[in-house]
Amino acid sequence: MFTNSNLMEFIFGRLSWSSLAFTHDPIILMTFIAVVLGGGAVVGAVTYFRLWGYLWKEWFTSVDHKKIGIMYVVLSLIMLLRGFADAVMMRTQQAVAFGANEGYLPPHHYDQIFTAHGVIMIFFFAMPLVTGIMNYVVPLQIGARDVSFPFLNNFSFWMTAAGAVVIMLSLFVGEFARTGWLAYPPLSGADYSPGVGVDYYIWGLQVAGVGTTLSGINLIATIVKMRAPGMTMMKMPIFTWTSLCTNVLIVASFPILTATLVLLTLDRYVGTNFFTNDLGGNPMMYVNLIWIWGHPEVYILILPAFGIFSEVVSTYSGKRLFGYASMVYATVVITILSYLVWLHHFFTMGSGASVNAFFGITTMIISIPTGAKIFNWLFTMYRGRIRYEVPMYWTVGFMVTFVIGGMTGVMLAVPPADFVLHNSLFLIAHFHNVIIGGVVFGLLAGINFWFPKAFGYKLDPFWGKMSFWFWLIGFYFAFMPLYVLGLMGVTRRVNHFDDSSLQIWFVIAAFGAFLIALGIASFIIQLVVSFLKRDQLRDLTGDPWDGRTLEWATSSPPPEYNFAFTPVVHDHDSWYDMKKRGYVRPLEGFKPIHMPKNTGTGVILSGLSVALAFGLIWYMWWLAALSFIGILVVSIAHTFNYKRDYYIPVETVVATENARTKQLAEQA
Amino acid sequence: MSSEPHAPAHESAHNTHHGHSHGHEAAHGTFNSYMTGFILSVILTAIPFWLVMGNVIESKALAVAIVMGLGAVQIVVHMIYFLHMNTKSEGGWTMLALIFTIIIVAIALAGSLWVMHHLNTNMMPMNPEMMKNLP
Amino acid sequence: MSAPHTASADKPTFYLTEEHHPENSTMLGFWIYLMSDCLMFAVLFATYAVLGRSYAAGPSPADLFDLNLVAINTAMLLFSSITYGFAMLRMEKGDKAGTLKWLAITGVFGLAFLGIELYEFHHLIHEGATPQRSAFLSAFFTLVGTHGLHVTFGCIWLVTLMVQVSKHGLIEANRRRLMCLSMFWHFLDVVWIGVFSLVYLIGVIG
Repeated sequence: MFTNSNLMEFIFGRLSWSSLAFTHDPIILMTFIAVVLGGGAVVGAVTYFRLWGYLWKEWFTSVDHKKIGIMYVVLSLIMLLRGFADAVMMRTQQAVAFGANEGYLPPHHYDQIFTAHGVIMIFFFAMPLVTGIMNYVVPLQIGARDVSFPFLNNFSFWMTAAGAVVIMLSLFVGEFARTGWLAYPPLSGADYSPGVGVDYYIWGLQVAGVGTTLSGINLIATIVKMRAPGMTMMKMPIFTWTSLCTNVLIVASFPILTATLVLLTLDRYVGTNFFTNDLGGNPMMYVNLIWIWGHPEVYILILPAFGIFSEVVSTYSGKRLFGYASMVYATVVITILSYLVWLHHFFTMGSGASVNAFFGITTMIISIPTGAKIFNWLFTMYRGRIRYEVPMYWTVGFMVTFVIGGMTGVMLAVPPADFVLHNSLFLIAHFHNVIIGGVVFGLLAGINFWFPKAFGYKLDPFWGKMSFWFWLIGFYFAFMPLYVLGLMGVTRRVNHFDDSSLQIWFVIAAFGAFLIALGIASFIIQLVVSFLKRDQLRDLTGDPWDGRTLEWATSSPPPEYNFAFTPVVHDHDSWYDMKKRGYVRPLEGFKPIHMPKNTGTGVILSGLSVALAFGLIWYMWWLAALSFIGILVVSIAHTFNYKRDYYIPVETVVATENARTKQLAEQA
Repeated sequence: MSSEPHAPAHESAHNTHHGHSHGHEAAHGTFNSYMTGFILSVILTAIPFWLVMGNVIESKALAVAIVMGLGAVQIVVHMIYFLHMNTKSEGGWTMLALIFTIIIVAIALAGSLWVMHHLNTNMMPMNPEMMKNLP
Repeated sequence: MSAPHTASADKPTFYLTEEHHPENSTMLGFWIYLMSDCLMFAVLFATYAVLGRSYAAGPSPADLFDLNLVAINTAMLLFSSITYGFAMLRMEKGDKAGTLKWLAITGVFGLAFLGIELYEFHHLIHEGATPQRSAFLSAFFTLVGTHGLHVTFGCIWLVTLMVQVSKHGLIEANRRRLMCLSMFWHFLDVVWIGVFSLVYLIGVIG
């Protein structure tokens, strides 16, 4: 017989009114009100304009790699705003919290913020943006109609989105982890983090991790199997190469994260002793395992950025990429070496001189192929006819900034120096230097570069340059002071200082964060202004930058089937080669095109995954069990559907292509 | 899971194109190959179990080495006779993926053992006697 | 197809006039998935290798493991591998009934394996050797249990496929799925080789 409280506990698990964070924190309450109003406005607008059916049919259930790519980018930009809000809060807190002033963020809140900032920026901003751009560009660059497994692609996106939803829920329902973005035990164990924070962390990452791994498998199969005839490995565009290596890294490292988090989960839920201090457990084993994933993760982010810079430099210099083969080999070498350096994240653990020396040396070796790439880009620009469009600004800014970050990285690779700098703000400055200066600049270059392909009009260059200068200058203001502070011995993750002589540096850093905020604002203004001026910025050729690779061979935006006829490749800058040798666009002989059908299964499975995660986080076991069974049933039912494709009738293809012919004629 | 269009009527159309080999058609076993694999596996399983259960070998290190060696051989047997691994299937990509995975697995296993062993020696110098007296 | 049909030397063909049909990617994609699964097991093996001697003054493998049981279990999995092989041979002959028969036998061996494993776990827990007892036991239960979960999932998949084959016959899509499950099943056998060698046999040697 259930008593009332037993029944409540059965239904709601650990969840109660007091778990709703906005009931006792004014900052979160305000955020909550803003989100409710903003979200309500969006939902209302979509309903008012009767867009739900359109969104569901044309976007949510779409298996078109281009639409999925765009949805990834939208997701990542939304998450960027959340992650950046966290950054601004940290910077302002540290700028004011000296001596008697405690600032406005108590440790309890501050710790959640730095954890959320790291988790969101890596897993839900950088990863989806990288995946989104790869999803959009790679099939076009290799002349394919779609990816190898279109349904899986949709499913992967929705799992990533589900992970983001789980993380966002923690803002209002309960709390987030207070452990730092990698949740080291024993702090993240059941004894020291008994609340739901770490559980949100675990399940958010696990759900999103499924999507990431599957999309990695999908893109590898696509690149290996779906290339246009004639495109041998050494004729692949360099961005496709770096994407291939990135996805290899994803597939070979995310399972390690998944398994490690499973072990942490068991420690928390079942009471096993992997990473506890009791009964033979060893917390340092977690640190070891998570960095076996963690270091390749860094290269997962940076390699596609390297690919983007390569495409950008070669396009705007009007030259073939200098040292294509060396670029490919450097990428492959980095892919393998990235598995041999993980211990440099915890030199201070105490493995002794021989182990530290080995990993210090491998870390320094990995800077060699990276340096080779920098020279390749410089030599591509050398004697090139350079056009300084916005993507080129980002690229040049990257080269200067990234080299500085690389050099501080080599400093940290020296174990004795690392013993001084470990966990200091010097480290924070270093990895922001390479991630902002490398990954973010690269992704923004990529957005500016490929936006006209995706939407048919260019992005406004003025606001693009504004965004660039604010980001660049803001970056130096925000992080150079942290190098100084790090060398003085100031450690990370501290919300209050007594020594007021440090304050000036934090104030400068906060000013830098403010400039970066202007950079992000300029980027949003750029999107809006470009949309408003879309008729002036329109590109009808499909090839606004005099591009070199196959994605520029089709219209902007490309038709659903990408290419009416599959291209045949003769050279690695295949579109440039086609233009040079007098390619004539075919006007007849079209055939019906075989395409995959849309499906809502991905959305349903991802919804059930959110429910599963929520049930597990709050100990609502009935919800967890039901949604798990639901996932099984829906997945199995999905496999009973054998009719997953259809033909685009030849009339549609002819109509689409004729419209383009007309457009091109008007242009000329 | 795939919904990749693949009309059988067009099979004949893509016979020679650009380095994609069609090795997977050959990647099926025959009755004989399955039986060979099975018998080899039975032998390779029986030997280590017999060695350990019958306490055949005095030296522990040698026994461990033999068990691991036979395990490794049996994995290769399974790969060849049951999973039909060869250098040609899927244009060599499955083999490449396998080699890459083996390298990563080796790095992760050996690296973890090495790192953690050194950690334990450096941070908690202990001999087996002390270990036994732990609470 | 790559042969330029009407091409002169300076103007090669830049597109195909026929529809391009890239080779099916499913087998390669599934193989890559298996490799990723392999890395998940690598973590569990590494954890076992590092923590497998942390008995925390509790029982050690020599105290716990019944090698007779493990031998029987290994035999079950090995039998299921060869019977799955027979199912594939029947599939190749286009023999639907034969395929289903051998799949069913494979499933029975799979379930027998799971039954024995559950019995073993139950027995260990009953003796007080729970996953919470020591890092060694945590690592042991997780590694062996994860393998068991994979076999469970394989059995569910097997039943699903049997329904699909009996409903639609040995069509192209079903054959491809049977090949994928075949790879999955044999892969689990490969992992089990690692488990019985490293965990059970070497554990008992000490």
